[in-house]
Amino acid sequence: MGKLVKFFSRRRTWSLPYVLFLAVFVVAPLLLIMVYAFQAEDGGFSLENFEKFIHQREAMNTFIYSIGIALITTLICILLGYPAAYILSKMRTSTARVVVMLFILPMWINVLVRTLATVALFDFLTLPLGEGALIFGMVYNFLPFMIYPIYNVLQKMDHSLIEAAEDLGATPRQVFTKVVFPLSMPGIVSGIMMVFMPTISTFAIAELLTMNNIKLFGTTIQENINNGMWHYGAALSFIMLVIIGLTTLFTGSDDENSANDGGLL
Amino acid sequence: MKRLLSKGYLLLLLVMLYAPIIIIAIFSFTESRVLGNWTGFSTELYTSLFSGGVSDRLIDAIQNTFLIALTAATVSTILGTIAAIGINDLRYRKRRAINFVNNIPILNPDIITGISLFLLFVSMGISQGYITVILAHIAFCTPYVVLSIMPRLVQMNPNIYEAALDLGATPMQAMRRVIIPEIRPGMISGFILAFTLSIDDFAVTIFTNGTDGLETLSTFIYADARKGGLTPELRALSTIILVVVLILLVVVNYRSHRQAKRAEEQAKQIKNYSRR
Repeated sequence: MGKLVKFFSRRRTWSLPYVLFLAVFVVAPLLLIMVYAFQAEDGGFSLENFEKFIHQREAMNTFIYSIGIALITTLICILLGYPAAYILSKMRTSTARVVVMLFILPMWINVLVRTLATVALFDFLTLPLGEGALIFGMVYNFLPFMIYPIYNVLQKMDHSLIEAAEDLGATPRQVFTKVVFPLSMPGIVSGIMMVFMPTISTFAIAELLTMNNIKLFGTTIQENINNGMWHYGAALSFIMLVIIGLTTLFTGSDDENSANDGGLL
Repeated sequence: MKRLLSKGYLLLLLVMLYAPIIIIAIFSFTESRVLGNWTGFSTELYTSLFSGGVSDRLIDAIQNTFLIALTAATVSTILGTIAAIGINDLRYRKRRAINFVNNIPILNPDIITGISLFLLFVSMGISQGYITVILAHIAFCTPYVVLSIMPRLVQMNPNIYEAALDLGATPMQAMRRVIIPEIRPGMISGFILAFTLSIDDFAVTIFTNGTDGLETLSTFIYADARKGGLTPELRALSTIILVVVLILLVVVNYRSHRQAKRAEEQAKQIKNYSRR
């Protein structure tokens, strides 16, 4: 009995429920995606879902198109977001905090309501709905996720490095390109992670912004799952998972780092 | 000039971000069914929202949303707190491994989380409804709670806990009197984050709410939008939510600002005192 009490009062024991929880609700479900993806409708192992993806042009085209849209969205977010984060990092901390808050505030409104409001805005300005609206909507939705991590990195940057560069005779331009920008790379990388993948996989938003004319990959996945094509839908999800895994490896976004940049509160 | 330019740039971005929201807020004061069509000032949408002028389906959806968010956020905060305390006490390797898995739901697009949980419930033969939605929300909210508590634990001086034990506190007392007060801010921001994530969620909910017609605000709006428009009262509701959040944020910010100032003054006093 005493041993049992001791076991439960040790703090590391307290991680056990959560480990179990993660195993059931995070690891097992992801493994299930894999299992379903490599299964034929009759239950045996097969690659037919992936063959279908390659041969059936429709899903493939949507996939490539989505990557294109996501690339454009991410690029615009960096181009718009980096200067904003830079300006914010130059402001007094108390002022900057308020402005950052203002950037995050719209996130509290339901994403679908915001999207419908974007549609209304385009109607109001008599702009056509379509690709332009889609990209505007995506940038509008994800820009704060780009500004925040970059701002975070810039703000924590060691200013003595900048001063050292200035003392050593660097021009303001050189200070930026040789010191500030390289040091802010981790922020840009986590911004890219937070914009690129979600853009590919959004559904509903794209349909609303383009009057059902343009589909993104997320919609394709959702339609297949909804129509009972679980195995094919799982295979498409698996492809996304692989890309996420690759980008994480490629960008070397380490857990501890990205963890600290991720929180929006 | 340069400063003016940079301020103007931020202002421009903010105007762009807020334009759609301002449109919602403005058009919440007119009765027209279609967003963007001004038919004169009226507070009809607000009265109708609170006096039962909206469909029972919408009322149910609003109630479900808040019930699910409250349950999920509460459970996530408790589970996440226990987990964070436990994880922080583990050796480096194990801690790293758990943190890695903890980050998966955060990095995963929510559609993947939704589908993976859908497959889990389907293959376990659990019928989908309230329970599955709440479980799913706990599943994607808890990692954020763990993340918001972790830095506080890491920054904490481990000797304080040991000192409490040496002075005769039981581990539970040390937990309650030493660790919990230290991580309380992280718990609160974790709870708020979980709550808002749950309220805003659409992708995970739509895959786990089953076919019995369980609706949250998000799925309601989605169904609404596919039929061609937003229920006008939702403009009023969105405006209310925005104003409430704005006030909350201002209050929280003002309070932490004051606390920071007070701490600064205290530090100054201590400095002066020690100089004497």
